[in-house]
Amino acid sequence: MSGSTGTHALHIDWTRCDGRGLCTEILERALTRDDWGYPVATRGLPERRTDAPLREDELDDAEEAVRLCPLAALRVTRVAAPTAPRAGRRVR
Amino acid sequence: MTMTSEPATAPVVQAPAGAQRVFAAGAAADHEAHLRAFGPLPKRDPGALLDQLEASGLTGRGGAGFPAWRKLAATGEAAAQRRRRGAPILIANGSEGEPLSWKDEVLLQNAPHLVIDGMLTAARTLGARNVLLYAGSGSLAAVERAIGERADARGIEVVEAEDGFIAGEASSVVNAIENDDPRPMDRTVRLAESGLRGRPTLVHNVETMAHLGLIARFGGAWFRSVGAPEDLGTRLITVSGDIPRTGVFEVATDATLASVLQAAGLQQGSAAAALIGGYHGAWVPAVSFGTPLTPSGLEPFGAQPGAGIVHVLSDQRCGLRATADIVEYLAGQTARQCGPCMFGLPTLATRFTALARGQDAEQSAAELRRISGLIVGRGACHHPDGTVRLIRSALDVFARDVRAHAHGRCTRRP
Repeated sequence: MSGSTGTHALHIDWTRCDGRGLCTEILERALTRDDWGYPVATRGLPERRTDAPLREDELDDAEEAVRLCPLAALRVTRVAAPTAPRAGRRVR
Repeated sequence: MTMTSEPATAPVVQAPAGAQRVFAAGAAADHEAHLRAFGPLPKRDPGALLDQLEASGLTGRGGAGFPAWRKLAATGEAAAQRRRRGAPILIANGSEGEPLSWKDEVLLQNAPHLVIDGMLTAARTLGARNVLLYAGSGSLAAVERAIGERADARGIEVVEAEDGFIAGEASSVVNAIENDDPRPMDRTVRLAESGLRGRPTLVHNVETMAHLGLIARFGGAWFRSVGAPEDLGTRLITVSGDIPRTGVFEVATDATLASVLQAAGLQQGSAAAALIGGYHGAWVPAVSFGTPLTPSGLEPFGAQPGAGIVHVLSDQRCGLRATADIVEYLAGQTARQCGPCMFGLPTLATRFTALARGQDAEQSAAELRRISGLIVGRGACHHPDGTVRLIRSALDVFARDVRAHAHGRCTRRP
């Protein structure tokens, strides 16, 4: 969570995403591309990268990415404040 | 330790003692045998049942191991807050897409009434109007027969589960029932808030339901009278692979891997490793078979008790070859919805097969690490994550084999 506000994230619907890459151009600090062109969050826990953490000053760009995504695969979501993030999914 | 334990014959119904619980009514128990062994199902009020369930410490037996009461309570709360969304829905999941697991099928064939008891109890606690049992084709006859034997179960709707490894994932189950499409869905809200037809939906594994049926009768304190403090009670385990007696065993949750393997007739020194948790699980090397099958005991290996799967690899077989076969299978089971999975898994399979064959072993192992790090956490379901867990585990546990393969040898062949 370092460097992000912890309050907003860009949710990627992988069932829609086709790897066109517009979002990675608009949000070049928050996203990069993998071997096949799909977006990869540059921040946050690896196992939570379906919700790419956003900084406050990236919110306008994120809204634009949502609007421009040809597959309508993106959505800006509010994330609960990062309460003691844990590495695993274990509940105990 | 086997599922065929002797039925209780005492006229007064007593709670099953020890770790032999869910099959205490005997094999293929009909309603009469079920009532003889366990007595009638008491109708506890919802608050009391939730208290008992919380006190029991029961965790979900479908794989994720989440506390059973918390999921039930969360669905109930969501329903109370969003009345206009409609009454909550309860789904008992017995689809078991994992090829190495058949404990849910054995449970539904032999103790269907206990599962039904758990479902009716959970439904009453939740105020659920729709109650569904999602079961594989091998369990349907037993389930239909059991429902036909009792009036209180008539409202249960049986739905035949779709085939496929990922068809048992909770959102796949909802998607299959609602849209006839057994693929995972993208989710930003929990099923507890908005699941089937937008209604608060509780999906619990059928074994979880069976334990619930016992807790409703004998209470939370009874449930926690055996097992590990961190994960109480008993669990069903499917043992398979290179071992004399494959099958389903009920064990206390603090049982060691060695004790389970011994019960299944394993000859000391004949195994190289055991896969814990199935195709999305992790390997435990033979030297560590003394570990208990608890969350903390398995954590150093990256494994979890999960759905209770133990698969034995003999010391005559190559762990890399065995893993490569599984990764190939998993790559074939991608729903082809999510890019990182659709492209990543076949790439991983190709690389792992190359490693198993000793082709570019070193580069292949490095690429397996890199691509694993690339795809984890990037899918609508945990299929990529589970595949990565298996691959990382194999590269660690069979590290010596990786080095041997890089030099054109295999430690498992003379």
